[in-house]
Amino acid sequence: MTAAKKPKLAVWKFSSCDGCQLSLLDCEDELLTVADTVEIAYFLEATRAEVKGPYDVSLVEGSIGTPHDAERIKQVRRQSKVLITIGACATAGGIQALRNFREYDGLVRAVYARPEYIKSLATSTAIADHVSVDFELRGCPINKYQLLELLNAFLNGRKPLIPPHSQCLDCKQAGTVCVMVAKGTPCLGPVTQAGCGNLCPSVNRGCYGCFGPKETPNAAALAKQMAALGWDDRQIKQAFRSFNANAPAFRNLADGVKAGE
Amino acid sequence: MGNSNDGVRGVMGRDGLDGLIVLLREAGYETIGPRARDGAVTYEAVESAADLPWGVAEEQAGGRYRLTEDASNAAFAHTVGPQSWKKYLYPPRQTLWTGERTGKGFTIESPAPEPKPYAFIGARACELAAVAIQDKVFGYAPHHGRAVGQQQFADSGYVRRRGAAFFVAVDCRRSADTCFCCSMGGGPAAESGFDLRLSELIGDGRHEFLIEVGSERGRAIFDRLGARPATTADVAAAKAQTQAAAAMQTKGMPQGAAALLADNLEHPQWAKVAERCLNCANCTMVCPTCFCSTVEDVTDLTGDKVERARRWDSCFTMDFSYIHGGGIRQSGQSRYRQWMTHKLSHWEEQFGTSGCTGCGRCVTWCPVGIDIREETAAIAAAPKNKQA
Repeated sequence: MTAAKKPKLAVWKFSSCDGCQLSLLDCEDELLTVADTVEIAYFLEATRAEVKGPYDVSLVEGSIGTPHDAERIKQVRRQSKVLITIGACATAGGIQALRNFREYDGLVRAVYARPEYIKSLATSTAIADHVSVDFELRGCPINKYQLLELLNAFLNGRKPLIPPHSQCLDCKQAGTVCVMVAKGTPCLGPVTQAGCGNLCPSVNRGCYGCFGPKETPNAAALAKQMAALGWDDRQIKQAFRSFNANAPAFRNLADGVKAGE
Repeated sequence: MGNSNDGVRGVMGRDGLDGLIVLLREAGYETIGPRARDGAVTYEAVESAADLPWGVAEEQAGGRYRLTEDASNAAFAHTVGPQSWKKYLYPPRQTLWTGERTGKGFTIESPAPEPKPYAFIGARACELAAVAIQDKVFGYAPHHGRAVGQQQFADSGYVRRRGAAFFVAVDCRRSADTCFCCSMGGGPAAESGFDLRLSELIGDGRHEFLIEVGSERGRAIFDRLGARPATTADVAAAKAQTQAAAAMQTKGMPQGAAALLADNLEHPQWAKVAERCLNCANCTMVCPTCFCSTVEDVTDLTGDKVERARRWDSCFTMDFSYIHGGGIRQSGQSRYRQWMTHKLSHWEEQFGTSGCTGCGRCVTWCPVGIDIREETAAIAAAPKNKQA
């Protein structure tokens, strides 16, 4: 790959904590190779230098939470050949999507001393709800190896190895003992997409669902088992209402649970 | 493995177990056996008998597994845990080859084989039965099923590891509630497929091991163990223990499951089980005979290095049945039916044997406790003929 033909990479931030784009800087060992293979054209977290678009690949972090966000994402899409969203905010609306289930004006008044300064939308939503997205990389935060795999697949023109199957496959293949069966610990793993490297079950914790719903999740059946293991409605509702609260499978499950907020 | 070693038996004390592990390690084997960790008995490297889960038993039910204390302090008081020897004979991820760009061409390299053959200590009868099934699937042993022509495509990695592996079987002295080997044509006593077979004899103040030879390799180790000759009373005591274990199995697989399921592909029970099924794939991961895999290609960032790997996959994932346009089995119902009918029914056509040995892992490790025996029984209770 000659220097002149290096693909231009842009990293964009919307409503988010920056943790996902930091994963790119976290790549450490591989960072120099990344910088060598792509031209980092726009990445304010790393450099103030800006190269004008269009861009070959845009990584978009964060959700759409303000009218300004909703306009800006359209510009980003127009300038990007490939648009990849990274992280739970960008793929599901993030933790800030909890406001989607509350009365918005009341929330703003409760949180801010001068609510009239706040210009945000009543909901926090995924990027894909606003523009077409080429690939969604899950996680809160994303896994840096998956990010590298995604860039790698893009650079080499192949399909990324980011399976949408359950966390359970990864636990079993890693030899992690099931915390739900062996300890009775409720775990979102059976309805959550793999990708984190079974962080929580490997230290005897149930999965928190950071990577969002897996393909064809059966959240209702899992919720029933969580109840059998001793969780009340409120605990079940809260388990599904976290980083991926607005992902349809989790949202629908929590909406159906009658429990105080 | 009927041979001149038939009936060669001895009895040794607990220190004999240590001696056995030492001899196997001296013979160049990597010794693998049960160990208690993270609330379960798993199969890991063991360096001496002290690593074994002495005094650890367990309770099992659908979706539930708990370690318990075994008052007799037996080494093999547990039954089967979440893992099987499949983890070693057919690893979750295997590199098939790696390639590297060299100027205008490229080189291909095969992965290095395992440095040492495995010795498996504590293989149960249902597990040996599972290995015998995978032997047919992977072309280590002939079979008489429909897939007979596939035998020319023996899985070289499996055949190498399997052929080199040494099996120390252990007879079960108890059954878990999820055990149903007897109804699958096996039993808690290992009858074949082992190099050495142990029965842990406990009672009347004794704690010894009856050891029986099953192969020439086993004989070579046995001869150096210094076990005292076994008496007919020792053999009878071992038999009484496995009979007691068999008697503990109160819930079996209904007979004739293969034909029953084949005739009931549109039974309403499939929709009922799909309501409970998480399609999470745990049953297939823990099953000692499930063999499905996918092939993955990995590149490095420069594209100069590539790896092709084979990873366990499952008929419960959408990618598994992906062809142009999407996965064939869109509903969880169709995926559960595929798994269960393959396991119990068309596996027989394919390989001339059932795919189930009655180990019960799919029952225990299903997070919601779906029981393959109950699902079969529900269909058996109200069978319907195949509908168009």
